[in-house]
Amino acid sequence: WRTRAGGQPPLQAPAGAELWVWFQPTVTDVDKAWKELSNILSGIFCASLNFIDSTNTVTPTASFKPLGLANGTDHHLLRYAVLPREVVCTENLTPWKKLLPCGSKAGLAVLLKAERLFHSSYHSQAVHIRPICRDASCLAVSWELRQTLTVVFDTFSSGQGKKDWSLFKMFSRTLTDACPLASQSKVYVDISPKNKEKELLEVTPPPASVYEAIVQGDKRTYAVYDLLSPSLFNTSRSLNVQLKWKRPQDSSELPTPILHAQRYVSGYGLQTGEISTLIYNTHPYRAFPVILLETVPWYLRLYVHTLTIITKGKENKPSYIHYQPAQDRRQPHLLEMLIQLPASSVTKITIQFERALLKWTEYTPDPNHGFYVSSSVLSALVPSVIAMKDVDVEQSPLFTSLFPSSDGSSYFVRLYTEPLLVNLPTPDFSMPYNVICLTCTVVAVCYGSFYNLLTRTFHVEEPSRGGLAKRLANIIRKFRGVPPL
Amino acid sequence: VVEGLALLDLGVSPYSGAIFHETPLIIYLFHFLIEYAELVFMITDVLTAVALYLAIQDFNKVVFKKQKLLIELDKYAPDVAELIRTPMEMHYIPLKVALFYLLNPYTVMSCVAKSTCAINNTVIAFFILATIKGSAFLSAVFLALATYQSLYPLTLFAPALLYLLQRQFIPIKLKSKSFWLYTMQYAALYLCSLVVIICLSFFLLNSWDFIPSVYGFILSVPDLTPNIGLFWYFFAEMFEHFSLFFVCVFQINVFFYTIPLAIKLKEHPVFFMFIQIAIISIFKSYPTVGDIALYMAFLPVWSHLYRFLRNIFILSCVLIVCSLLFPVLWHLWIYAGSANSNFYYAITLTFNIGQILLISDYFYAFLRREYYLTHGLHLTRQDGTEAMLVLK
Repeated sequence: WRTRAGGQPPLQAPAGAELWVWFQPTVTDVDKAWKELSNILSGIFCASLNFIDSTNTVTPTASFKPLGLANGTDHHLLRYAVLPREVVCTENLTPWKKLLPCGSKAGLAVLLKAERLFHSSYHSQAVHIRPICRDASCLAVSWELRQTLTVVFDTFSSGQGKKDWSLFKMFSRTLTDACPLASQSKVYVDISPKNKEKELLEVTPPPASVYEAIVQGDKRTYAVYDLLSPSLFNTSRSLNVQLKWKRPQDSSELPTPILHAQRYVSGYGLQTGEISTLIYNTHPYRAFPVILLETVPWYLRLYVHTLTIITKGKENKPSYIHYQPAQDRRQPHLLEMLIQLPASSVTKITIQFERALLKWTEYTPDPNHGFYVSSSVLSALVPSVIAMKDVDVEQSPLFTSLFPSSDGSSYFVRLYTEPLLVNLPTPDFSMPYNVICLTCTVVAVCYGSFYNLLTRTFHVEEPSRGGLAKRLANIIRKFRGVPPL
Repeated sequence: VVEGLALLDLGVSPYSGAIFHETPLIIYLFHFLIEYAELVFMITDVLTAVALYLAIQDFNKVVFKKQKLLIELDKYAPDVAELIRTPMEMHYIPLKVALFYLLNPYTVMSCVAKSTCAINNTVIAFFILATIKGSAFLSAVFLALATYQSLYPLTLFAPALLYLLQRQFIPIKLKSKSFWLYTMQYAALYLCSLVVIICLSFFLLNSWDFIPSVYGFILSVPDLTPNIGLFWYFFAEMFEHFSLFFVCVFQINVFFYTIPLAIKLKEHPVFFMFIQIAIISIFKSYPTVGDIALYMAFLPVWSHLYRFLRNIFILSCVLIVCSLLFPVLWHLWIYAGSANSNFYYAITLTFNIGQILLISDYFYAFLRREYYLTHGLHLTRQDGTEAMLVLK
């Protein structure tokens, strides 16, 4: 996700595939259950989640608190894994769509056609399951399955330089009806006026109602299209929401999010390197803490004594550090820190690492492409500039689950940094037999010379009568007239 | 070590990761000395040199006494006068040994890099000093410390035992009761000190974690970071099926020269110790140049063998050229990217061949001198012409 270009994302996801699970306390062997679960999910979603094993699974202690109702928070029941090399494609979308009650046959899901959805700059699919109260009295617990699809269409570059969009242009389809199984089916279009200028954009068909909310610290206005209301499809059979800009915009500056981060790897050569993470807090006057979770594979050996955190030129000591070093071929590094970010500041976290030489069978088929380091996760309760009022859960359950706020003053944000691509030194893959022969030759040279010196003794050489070759040579020499050997 | 201390500060066991593989006593030592690290390593080098100086001084006296005894017993042939060593020529040998160690570029590099190999060398040097002085207790203690640090000095038990038996004038016969008594005593001293040191380490960090991290690591070679030895590339390119087999073969290779060498060199235990230290430095799982510096320091002691060495010129050229090429090809592989890992591996092979041939050359020269001492320098054949000496 490009924060500078896209602003704050509604629900961010790391590059690749991510899986995190809180197991119930009744599970005795959490690792076995984790392995079974990742294999089952791999089959359901046609994603290669079966590559999740102990080398990329960690047990975070502070991040990833359970969603929904949760009793105990024994972090030994939590498992988290990321596969940064996985790519999302059509075969992941199809089982995802199958989980919807109407599939892709009715309702909003008719828009989800693969050829248009993957013709985009960003595509992310998510499935979340959590226990929630069945009603306001909370006497029973039911399970909520939430499916999220986040797509960024770049209409500016493909739409002849105009930023107008419509459902038909994006999805090559329009909405015809709502899913009969749905209790709510709504389309929200963000028509927030910028700089309090009205009449900058126009939405057709005109919305039945307008909804105002404070989302992620910003006051936003949404046009609401309720597919279940009978008045929507009165005039035309299909609904094609269109947005036109009245005046051409010279530059569209999306507001910088209050918390954003960047990560990069520096250094030269194939021996050492340094991972640097920059965290920006652009809030003008509030400081807040952030939890940083870094998972680094075992073949980049982190040196925790080189960890430095610098804010505004001074050292910043984290109030909580949990570091679990990696074990070769078994476990990755886990670094979790609680860092206080002062207002309007940039915090730089650096840690140095050494690159390991792997066995030749442990390299991927394209070893010079490099190895991926999964994104680090930043979790924070960001204070919002504008006070938020509590939204009634009953009235708009979809909206509150997308933009939750626990109290009026801050909202929860989980950010992911970029994944890193790191090169490792490679042995020569064409040489296993040669290497074995040559090294064994060297050992045999030692063994041979020592064997000779240990088992043989010195003797005065007795003149030998000469073998066959010597006798032949002597005969030839007699013919030539040269003295014999 | 700095990483291990940082992990301890964070409350995590230093052995829970794969970076720290030193013993708990080293952590304990450096907990206090980490600020004066450069001074510590300089002092250890000086201590090693002093220990070697005193050891070789004593050893020279022993050699001279033994030579005198053998001359009086008429064990030497009549025409070997030029092979007999005189106190005058042996006067400067201890100083040469100390200087060989201190001025060796390998020692200087090891000190600058602040490698804990310097501490291993100091312990082994003190062990040699204690053995040559004849103190069985101190020798056992230092040998236990050296074994505790890196597993391989275990093989030095045999030469030390042979030397101490010789010093006590106990003949090495398998049926002799005093031989077995002394051996049991020495072995008991050694094992007890080893057990005490290991239990002390347990109480320092309250866990047995250090045993798989230190000794399991040395024996199973999981980390394949390139070094000057033969193991890393071999196991990087090994077929998975045979990995365990070849690990066992390579580890046995270090240990199994001890018994044959003990049988052949039972009259010359100090030379045996030299050969054993050299074999450890070449074939240990993670060799460093500091290990090479230790056995090279002994070369002046055998300088009287110079006339019998066959390939010394070419071997010294090989060793010097390879030492110069090591950093060049490393840079080309890792930083410039214009060379392959094979370049560095080739230099590893050549360097180790050079070392192996150096050791076997010295061994050959030693055995040849012994033969001449007992059979005379000018050998004649049955028909009176000059004879050639061959190994058969």
